[in-house]
Amino acid sequence: MQEKIGVYICHCGSNIAATVDVERVAKEAGGWDQVAVARDYKYMCSDPGQELIKKDIRELGLSRVVVAACSPRMHEPTFRRALEQAGINGYLLEMANIREQCSWISMDDHASTAKAISLTRAAVRRVVHHRPIHEREVPVNNATMVVGGGISGIQAALQIAQAGYPVYLIEREPSIGGHMAKFDKTFPTMDCAACILTPKMVSVNQDPNIKLLTCSEVVHVDGYVGNFKVKVKKRPRYVEEHLCTGCGDCESACILKGKILSEFDMGLSKRSAAYIPFPQAVPLKAVIDAKNCLMLTKGKCSKACAKACQREAINFSQQEEVIDLEVGSIILATGYDLFDPTQGPQWGYGTYDNVLTGLQFERMTNASGPTQGKILMKDGREPRRVAIMHCIGSRDENYHKHCSRVCCMSSVKFAHLVKEKLDAEVYEFYIDMRTFGKQYEEFYNRVQEEGVNFIRGKAAEVTEIDGQLTVRAEDTLLGAYREIPVDMVILNTALVPRHDTDKVSQIFGVSRSADGFFLESHIKLDPVTTTTDGIHLAGCCQSPKDIPDSVAQGSAAAAQSLAVIATGKVKISPITASIDQEFCAGCKMCIGGCPFKAITFNEDAKVSTVNQAVCKGCGTCGAICPSGAIAIAHFSDQQIFAQIEGVCSQ
Amino acid sequence: MAKLKLAVYWTAACGGCDVAILDMNERIMAVGDACDIVLWPLAADGKYHHVEGMPDHSIDVCLFHGAIRNSENLAMARLLREKSNILVSFGSCASLGGIPGLANFYSREEIFRRAYMESESTVNREGVFPQQSVAVPEGELTLPEFFDTVYTLAQVVPVDYFIPGCPPTTDQIWTAVQAVVSGNLPPRKTVIAGRKSLCDECPRVKEEKKIQSFKRPFEVMVDPAKCLIEQGIVCCGPATRGGCGARCTKANMPCRGCFGPPDQIADQGAKLVGALASIIDSQDPQELRKISHLLADPAGIFYRFSLADSLLKHKRKEVC
Amino acid sequence: MTGRFEPNIVGILCNWCSYTGADLAGVARIKYPANIKIVRVMCTGRVDPAFVLKAFKEGADGVLVSGCHPGSCHYVDGNIKMMRREPLLSAMLEQLGIEGTRFKLVWVSASEGERFAKIVAEMTEEIRRLGPLTIKEGEQVG
Repeated sequence: MQEKIGVYICHCGSNIAATVDVERVAKEAGGWDQVAVARDYKYMCSDPGQELIKKDIRELGLSRVVVAACSPRMHEPTFRRALEQAGINGYLLEMANIREQCSWISMDDHASTAKAISLTRAAVRRVVHHRPIHEREVPVNNATMVVGGGISGIQAALQIAQAGYPVYLIEREPSIGGHMAKFDKTFPTMDCAACILTPKMVSVNQDPNIKLLTCSEVVHVDGYVGNFKVKVKKRPRYVEEHLCTGCGDCESACILKGKILSEFDMGLSKRSAAYIPFPQAVPLKAVIDAKNCLMLTKGKCSKACAKACQREAINFSQQEEVIDLEVGSIILATGYDLFDPTQGPQWGYGTYDNVLTGLQFERMTNASGPTQGKILMKDGREPRRVAIMHCIGSRDENYHKHCSRVCCMSSVKFAHLVKEKLDAEVYEFYIDMRTFGKQYEEFYNRVQEEGVNFIRGKAAEVTEIDGQLTVRAEDTLLGAYREIPVDMVILNTALVPRHDTDKVSQIFGVSRSADGFFLESHIKLDPVTTTTDGIHLAGCCQSPKDIPDSVAQGSAAAAQSLAVIATGKVKISPITASIDQEFCAGCKMCIGGCPFKAITFNEDAKVSTVNQAVCKGCGTCGAICPSGAIAIAHFSDQQIFAQIEGVCSQ
Repeated sequence: MAKLKLAVYWTAACGGCDVAILDMNERIMAVGDACDIVLWPLAADGKYHHVEGMPDHSIDVCLFHGAIRNSENLAMARLLREKSNILVSFGSCASLGGIPGLANFYSREEIFRRAYMESESTVNREGVFPQQSVAVPEGELTLPEFFDTVYTLAQVVPVDYFIPGCPPTTDQIWTAVQAVVSGNLPPRKTVIAGRKSLCDECPRVKEEKKIQSFKRPFEVMVDPAKCLIEQGIVCCGPATRGGCGARCTKANMPCRGCFGPPDQIADQGAKLVGALASIIDSQDPQELRKISHLLADPAGIFYRFSLADSLLKHKRKEVC
Repeated sequence: MTGRFEPNIVGILCNWCSYTGADLAGVARIKYPANIKIVRVMCTGRVDPAFVLKAFKEGADGVLVSGCHPGSCHYVDGNIKMMRREPLLSAMLEQLGIEGTRFKLVWVSASEGERFAKIVAEMTEEIRRLGPLTIKEGEQVG
């Protein structure tokens, strides 16, 4: 059959037209078989551009459309909609990517134009074989799963719950709160972190729409937007949550009391094996540390904790559970790890007493921390000279190239806290000061006036000279090498991707960017969604962020999930596999080849069949099927062959 | 009713197809009753000028077996096309290139060098090669031109029907004869064989597949009931047209692919690679390479009969 | 244009990682040879060896198949299926006279625009040195 194809070449302002002779492309295309009309236009994606296509469909009776413009990942949905509005199936469109993969990558006008012609010809050849296909709509489960109970996860969960929809909040640790719960004060206003975070944590606990699962990790995700099936592994707490009152009697009674380094205090204090993570923990329930508890590791203990518990909440026989959840969308708010400064011996961490990480310093200055807020050296004296080093592990070719974004401000905050509490000299070693947020520069100015010494230059080494802790650095403003004796060093370490990001990205099927954080759909215009529909990002798992940005992204992710819920249904791509029973010989080659187990064998008819609801359209089975019985909608052999012919013919 | 005029002709072929026709046993008598054999080099004498002298379309059916290897093959294909109403591409050589088509892994020069210089039984110190024409005192002697490529029949002349097989089964032949005699002909271009791949008629039990290594039949105690591929044996059945009755797999031998690919496949070798490699049970590139290299001659195995009819048809000539 | 040989390379890229990576190279305005023309598939698991043969038959001088890194396939392990096909397909291509340099399977993530550009530049140069691939038709017999 003869098709009537309309071909539209976009100038994209000068984005394409600067290197591609768009008029020539249109002229060439006009001469190709089955092409009824070929036009070039300034902006095809604009309303008048789309109108041009719609008008031609109506007036010239076009049966197929090719748009040579930007990447189909950008505007394929736009043009599909235009086709639908003009009354033809949206899948009768093919786009030729002459911007991202053509005009933008070449300086050679001749080569760009030739390539644009080639790509457009391939699209024309391909579109001839397109068939109308239809998206399916399936209902959406109105529950959301938020993974990670730090500030951004909490924000997202609360927002969705407020809108009246169920939320599962999954937290790996025994309490929510994340890194923020460990902070002392927060820049630039110096609010106490606990004071502003605790109310939100309590709301999570009290909101009937939020089901909080602590000590829990997601181990498997199946399904698709609107209908995810999730398996969550819940580790035993060895304390019955419904009985525990959080009184702390078990903690006092534990025979290991004061023997185990506290994670919450970053190893600056010691706790029991039965313990409450921190005073504001949510849920405020004790937990038994299975790695250290004598009963759980050796099976022998006087069980003082159990005896002390009047509620008889302690249960050493608790088992790991796997909980199945069904949700419509997922928010990943898994946060970050802090860079481990022992990777660089030059920083002296672990070698010298009084070299602390930023987070250790936060605990130290915190009134409820190990020193009740006093800044003390190992020997109990107050330091007289404190060095604060920026960019430990960030902006560093040897470790992480990215800027961690929060360290300049937190370093300034540390300087302020030291000045506030001690009569000490403070030296800040920085590469560049980045105080970009609202009221940040003002805060920096204020701290400068407090008499902090800002030294522009990355500290190269922390060492000891004649028993005196010393920082070596180049002061790039003075152009001088400096050795500054200090009593205490605070290493402001990089925010880095979680150590298990790789595993998590596989479980959820989301990609990672070059820095290792989760990859957003678009770095500028869509920083919240991922390339997997229905999975959204919040907080530092996407990139380092301060608290205001983490909260904002938490809300944005909630809005994305609420949008999924509000529509009530999702469209499922019609790109799926199907098996022609006329040709299937029942060899079962395809069965194990499907990553989603969408292919089953019909023992009566002796043929394989595809479950369309489960099929995700990857097309793998199409390449495996040796008898040619499997066809992949919109990616058929015929369509791809035609496209290959198109790019190869001269 | 006048008897049908039948021709059977061979080009680059082994003659097995002729034998297959004779293998019809007593049914051959029915053929004799229904047809006058006007040309059949294997059974009856016939000269070029006899065929040339026949009026166009005077042969009702020509069963043409053999690939097109040289200019004489080509001339006869063209001649018989002119003289025949129905030209049947008979057997794997005519339909797919068959075993002679494997010569497409070599150039003409390589074949000549091997045949006339290097083969173990040859002594050719003068380096004499066949020439298309040689002047002798008595005049000029000529030989047909040996082509650089082996072609299928359909690549050189239009073909009406295809009967693949090395050789075709007597049942297929009988089906074809009956169709011609009754005048109840299928649509042109029909392949007289199965539509599905061989697995459909192979009685072996098939399960989800994973293979740890590729094995040759002599390396395995073959389980007679289980799919050969699941036992590591390279069987071309999944990408080969059925209709043969699974003669090989029933005899514990893998399918060698002689019926060629089913209609909806572009390239038999590509499909076999796509299918068999995808089920190798490894994710380790090194191990995958090791397992894949157990197949010493993948192209030869996967294109045993269909190289001349495949996407690429011939080894790249500059590097032959 | 001078007489320099410009190879024609067909790229078959998965939608989620490599095609996005190739888009990123463009967005970042990284310059690389225009010789590659990209055909999009949803997953490298879709890449039927016949696509590669077809490209060579149609006159491609090289074929680059690129997918997500192992372990990060959008469809769990479609790319692993392609990884399994590569050694056998390469062996078969060698037998058909198509050098290993002309067919490559690589992994490029959605964030590796720079890497994609580098791979294309290298492959273009290698094939330019190798010269054109012509699948000559045989004698005029049809």
